[in-house]
Parts: sequence; C-alpha cells; structure tokens
Amino acid sequence: MDTEKTTGVKEDIRQKEIVLGSLRQAVLQNLDSSIQTDQFLLNMGPQHPSTHGVLRVLLDLDGERIKRSVPDLGYLHRGTEKIAEYRTYNQIIPLTDRLDYVSAMANNYAFVRTVEKLLQLKVPERAEFVRTIVAEVQRIVNHLFWLGTQALDIGAMSVFFYTFREREELLDIFEILCGARLTTNYYRVGGVESDIPQHVVDRLYRFIDAFDGNIREYNTLLETNRIWLARTKNIAVITAEDAINFGLSGPTLRGSGVPYDLRKFEPYGAYDQVEFDVPVGQNGDIYDRYWIRIEEMRQSAKIVRQCLDKLPSGPIMTDDHKVSFPEKGNVMHNMETLIHHFLLVVHGFNVPPGDTYCGTETPKGELGFYIVSDGTGKPYRMKIRAPSFVNMGAFDFMAKGYMIADIITIFGTYDIVMGECDR
Amino acid sequence: MLNDLASAVIVIVAVLFVLLTTIAYLTYLERKILGFMQDRLGPMEVGPWGLLQPLADGIKLVSKEDIIPTEANVAIFKIAPIISLVPAIISFAVIPFGKDSFHFMGITTHPYITDINIGILYVLALSSIGAYGILLGGWASNNKYSLLGALRSAAQVISYELNAGMSVIGVLLLAGSLSLVRVEAAQSGGFWHWYIFPQIVAFVIYLISGIAETNRTPFDLPEAESELVAGFFTEYSGMRFSLYYLAEYGNMVMVSCIATILFLGGWNSPLPFLDFVPPFLWFMLKVYFFLFFFFWIRATLPRLRYDQLMRLGWKIMLPLSFANVIVTAIVVYMIRR
Repeated sequence: MDTEKTTGVKEDIRQKEIVLGSLRQAVLQNLDSSIQTDQFLLNMGPQHPSTHGVLRVLLDLDGERIKRSVPDLGYLHRGTEKIAEYRTYNQIIPLTDRLDYVSAMANNYAFVRTVEKLLQLKVPERAEFVRTIVAEVQRIVNHLFWLGTQALDIGAMSVFFYTFREREELLDIFEILCGARLTTNYYRVGGVESDIPQHVVDRLYRFIDAFDGNIREYNTLLETNRIWLARTKNIAVITAEDAINFGLSGPTLRGSGVPYDLRKFEPYGAYDQVEFDVPVGQNGDIYDRYWIRIEEMRQSAKIVRQCLDKLPSGPIMTDDHKVSFPEKGNVMHNMETLIHHFLLVVHGFNVPPGDTYCGTETPKGELGFYIVSDGTGKPYRMKIRAPSFVNMGAFDFMAKGYMIADIITIFGTYDIVMGECDR
Repeated sequence: MLNDLASAVIVIVAVLFVLLTTIAYLTYLERKILGFMQDRLGPMEVGPWGLLQPLADGIKLVSKEDIIPTEANVAIFKIAPIISLVPAIISFAVIPFGKDSFHFMGITTHPYITDINIGILYVLALSSIGAYGILLGGWASNNKYSLLGALRSAAQVISYELNAGMSVIGVLLLAGSLSLVRVEAAQSGGFWHWYIFPQIVAFVIYLISGIAETNRTPFDLPEAESELVAGFFTEYSGMRFSLYYLAEYGNMVMVSCIATILFLGGWNSPLPFLDFVPPFLWFMLKVYFFLFFFFWIRATLPRLRYDQLMRLGWKIMLPLSFANVIVTAIVVYMIRR
C-alpha cells in the first residue's frame, strides 16, 4: 500500500476515533501501528452482501486470519427509544415492529408485556393462548429465515428457497391475522388486535403436521454434509462461562450448554400450560447453535399444537376499559364513549408512576424493555435491551483467530438483525 | 492447400459458433436447472419460457457503462479479462467433437480444428494461463476484496492443476498417447472399454480438480459472494465483467469435454448397437451430463473454507493421484510385458 493511501486510511480512522471514544481509540492505535507491517486492514461493510444489513466491521488480518475485529454499529440507528418518549403506549407498538424486523410479533409481545407489568393488567385466557401461538409461529418464521441465510452465507443456496417456502405459508397466516406480513402490529396492551379464526387454526394444524418432514428435508442437505460440518464444527467456540460473562442470551447462550430460557424460568403467556424442552448444546460452536435452532423449531411446533388443542374460548381483549377501546357501536351512539375513545387515541391510557424491566424470550434471545413511567400516557424513558446488540459484544472474542470466511458464519450464528442492534 | 485452409476455416467457425452458443445458453440452463431444483421457475419473462434471456443479458452487459476505478492500473485492468477468456476459447482447438470427417460444400473437413500430438498438454498449459487473467485482474483493481480473491484463485489453481495433471497421467499411460483423438479412439467398442472403470480414482480426482479449477461451487472461493463480495471481479462491470463470465463458462465446457474424452470414451457410443446415433450427439450428451453435474453440485453443496480447500488438495488428493499413477504404471508395465 503506498504512503499516500495509508495516510488517507489513517485519517479516516482518526476521524472516527473522535466520535467513537477512548476504548475504540486504544484498539485503533494498535491497528495504526499494524499498517506499517505486512498486516492487512479490511473494512467489511456497511455495504456488503452478507453483513446482514448495515453492519461494519474493521478487520485486522494476518493473511486470511483474523487478528482483531472491531464492529462498528449504528448505521441503522433511528432513535426508537427517544421517539417512544413522544408516543402513547399503543403508538409505540408499531415502532417495536421495526426493531427486529424479521420477527415483529416477538417484539410486540416483549413490549406489551412490559406495559402490562407496569399496569398490573390481567390478560384474558384466550388472548394468552393466541399470543403464545403467534409468538411460537414467529419463532419458527425467524429460525427458518435464519437457517436459510446461514446456509446461503456458507454457500448452500438451495436451503434458502426451501425455508422460504414454509416461511411464506406462515407469513400468509400472519396476513390473515392482522393484514401485514412483517410489520405486524398485532399485540395490544391487554390482549391482541384480532381473533384467530377457525380456518387459520386448521391451516396451522396442517402446517405443523407437515413441518417435521420439511425440517428433515432441510437437514438432508446439511446435517451430515461433510463440508457443512467442516464449516460449522469447532468454529467460534465460546465456553459457558464466557457466554454468561458477555451477557449472551437465546440460542447463542444455550449453544454453550446453559439451559437459560425465560419461557421456562419465568413462564409467561401459556408456556406454563404446555410441555416443551429447551435444547442445549455442548461445545458452544456454530454447529451446536445450528442444531439448537433446528430443535427449537420442532419444539415451537409442539407448543403451537398443544396451544391449538387447548385453545379456550372467550374474549381476546381485557375488559378493563381504561386500557382497551370501547365497542365501536357504542362509540357511534354514546357521547361519553366517544369521548373515552377519543382520549384513548389522543392521550392514551395513563400508566401508574414507576419503572420496570421485563425480559421476553424472543427468537434471538432475551429482548427486554425497561420503561420508566411518570404517570402520564407516554413513557418517561424507554430502554431496549436488544439481544443482537449484546451478542455483538462478544464478536471480537469469538472471531479472533478464525478466517475471513468464518466472519460471515459468525454473523449468521448470532442471527443478527441490525434494526434491533442499532435501534 | 486452399482446400485445407477452407476446411480449417469452416471448422473454426463451426466450433466457435457452437461453443459461444453453448456458453450463452449455459447461463440460461444453469438458472433453469437451479430454479427447478430450488422449487422455482427460473427466467420466464424474456421470450417463451425465458429462452431469450441470454440475449437480453448480452445486450444489457454490452450497453452498461464501462467503469474503471480511479486507482486501478488501467492497462492491466483492461487486458486481464482478455487474458482470461482467450485461453479458455482457443483450447477448444484440440477437442475432437466427432469421429468421421464430413463434407461441407464439397470440402472435406475433420470434426476437430487440429490434432496435435501433445493435445492434453496444450489444454493444461492454456488453462494455467487463464489463471493469470484472474490474478492480474484482481491485483489491478486495487481493491482488497479483489486482491484476496485473486490470491485465493492463484493458490487454488496451482494446487488443483497439479491434481488434474496427475490424474490425467493414468489415462495417458493406458492410451499410450497425448493426442485426444487417439485417446478417444482407444476407448471404442462399448462402455466397458471406457477409462472410467480402470481409472475411477483418477476420474473422481479429475472431476473435483476440474470444479476447483473453474472456480465453481463448492470451490468458488475466489468469487465467494458472501465473503469477498464478488472476489477478483468486484470492480469489473459491463462487457469486461461478462468476459470473465464467459471464461468461467468456457472453462466449464472445457473441463466437461476433457472429462468426456478421457474417461467416458468421447464420441464412442456405450453399446455397439447404438452406433447409428451420430458420434457428435454422443459427445454432446456426455458433455451436457457433466455440465448438469456442475449445476447439480452448485445447488447442493456449501462452500469450503480456504484452508480446508488447500488441505483437501495437498494432503488428500495429491497423494491419491500419485498412488494412482504409480499403480497404473506398474499394472500397464506388467500387462505389456
């Protein structure tokens, strides 16, 4: 590399340092000194076919081996947390759709659970079951998406199309439920937006009946494929202790053998009424995390089936009309109801002062919302604990010593979505 | 003299025409076959069943803006795709596509451009030159992804050409000639004479090396999309880009042709009573079988990692191909004596 360009690169990096703070500075100083030697500084992203959105990573390479990697987040920062301070609670739900945009239902669920915890609101039985069904269907959708893209990253392109075939069916079901496929906005504080019709129940049954065979079909291409094993076994290994110390959650943590799953630890929804296993890995490598997600899809199908079997009848929205909207017919004929409806829309419902944290097991890990309420209809402060963001903290640790090709599989194994990571 | 010249021109034109059409329609076939394997239709919009897709692609690529990066080494950047494409095409000069000479407008011609006595060496030599195109193109682009892709490619082509060369030796020992026409003729008289049976190890090694040499999945590391964007041709656009593409497909056809000639008996029919089918058709059928195999592999397998590729090449396939050569040589010596 000639001197002129080296200076250009250094200048670029220095500009960044000012913004990114002292920790990064220390790392980049090392990178600076490495430019003079025969090492190789590669800027991967934010425009790159497989960084799963707009993730940028600075790689310090020795040949093709990674000496150090510095993830640079924030290219998809939209200020969700700040915007939420100016929205009523029901208006925040669509914002949460856009966090982890491949599993919007799970984000909705995490958010409304936090608000309900602040309100100490009881949700009707049927609504709990519908929520659990939808959340587990969303988990299947997410894992199908993950499996397809992870396989595509490693070069097995057919799996992607097979998983999308099933994903399509489930997204169609979402569309029937709420009119949208990705940005669903389906959960409401106190229940869900619309009931699950009988023909959707039948469709779900049909889907689950065929699903086990479909998973076997994906696995014929992967499970015992020598190349797949070589690319995933013993790559990006993290021990249980390190995984806990880095605050990992979800399949990334369970791959290291820690059976931490909020659905078991603090059951919510209808999870205490169904039977399911939490798969855990042994080695903490990419293959284990792959296996766990495959197994989780099977378990999710099992949960959906049990919930559909037990699905009780009844309302899908709480009858606490401080929170839920009055019936539309009454709004048209009754002055007080109209005013009530108007206030719920414009001002929102008041949430008693206080603060709470509530974590939910989303497909990617523990998605937590921390909400501070000052007693008005809008949150005073909302903090999102995004699993993708926390998982990225362990990126350098897990990538060190592996090859460039493994960088991509490590992105994949986190199941990273930048919308959630940058918020 | 004049007659010879005319016959050479006719064959060259015919070979080029068939070759370029094959390459153009290979892109279509690949997309269709991948499509059917992946539960979709492939190109359907341009013409009936998308049959005019290669034409549309060609027009698009030619009319694209020709971008040369400011920091690139312009001369090498321009010449590299040509270095890649030309050897891929001229190596078809020694491929015998059929058995008998044929008459065209009163001129007698052979179904091959030339039959030189070092045929297979010529092909191997030219395919090595093609690697320079990739290496130079990657280097001249002045892009780190391109450079990495080029380095990978150089390492890959060197290691796998060795294997391909070694695996070919077994067949040559059996046939006793380097001329591709002679090798084909030696396998006539039914499929049990084909060299795939005595040289099954060499066949597998050659096929794997061939896939690696043409940078196809699962050895498409030099252009690994998910890692290196587009590898060595990241910075190329328009016609230059398509030259690389043509070279890749040309090499694919080349590898298929060589595999057909060396191991599947070339234009020989598998059973004597099937001799009424023209030899040319048998040849094409076998070549297309290999091409289909290439696509099939692409739809099925993930990509190897760089170090794994090297390990496979040097630690597994090279010793195997050496062993194959030695065993074949001993057996041939014993039998001939």
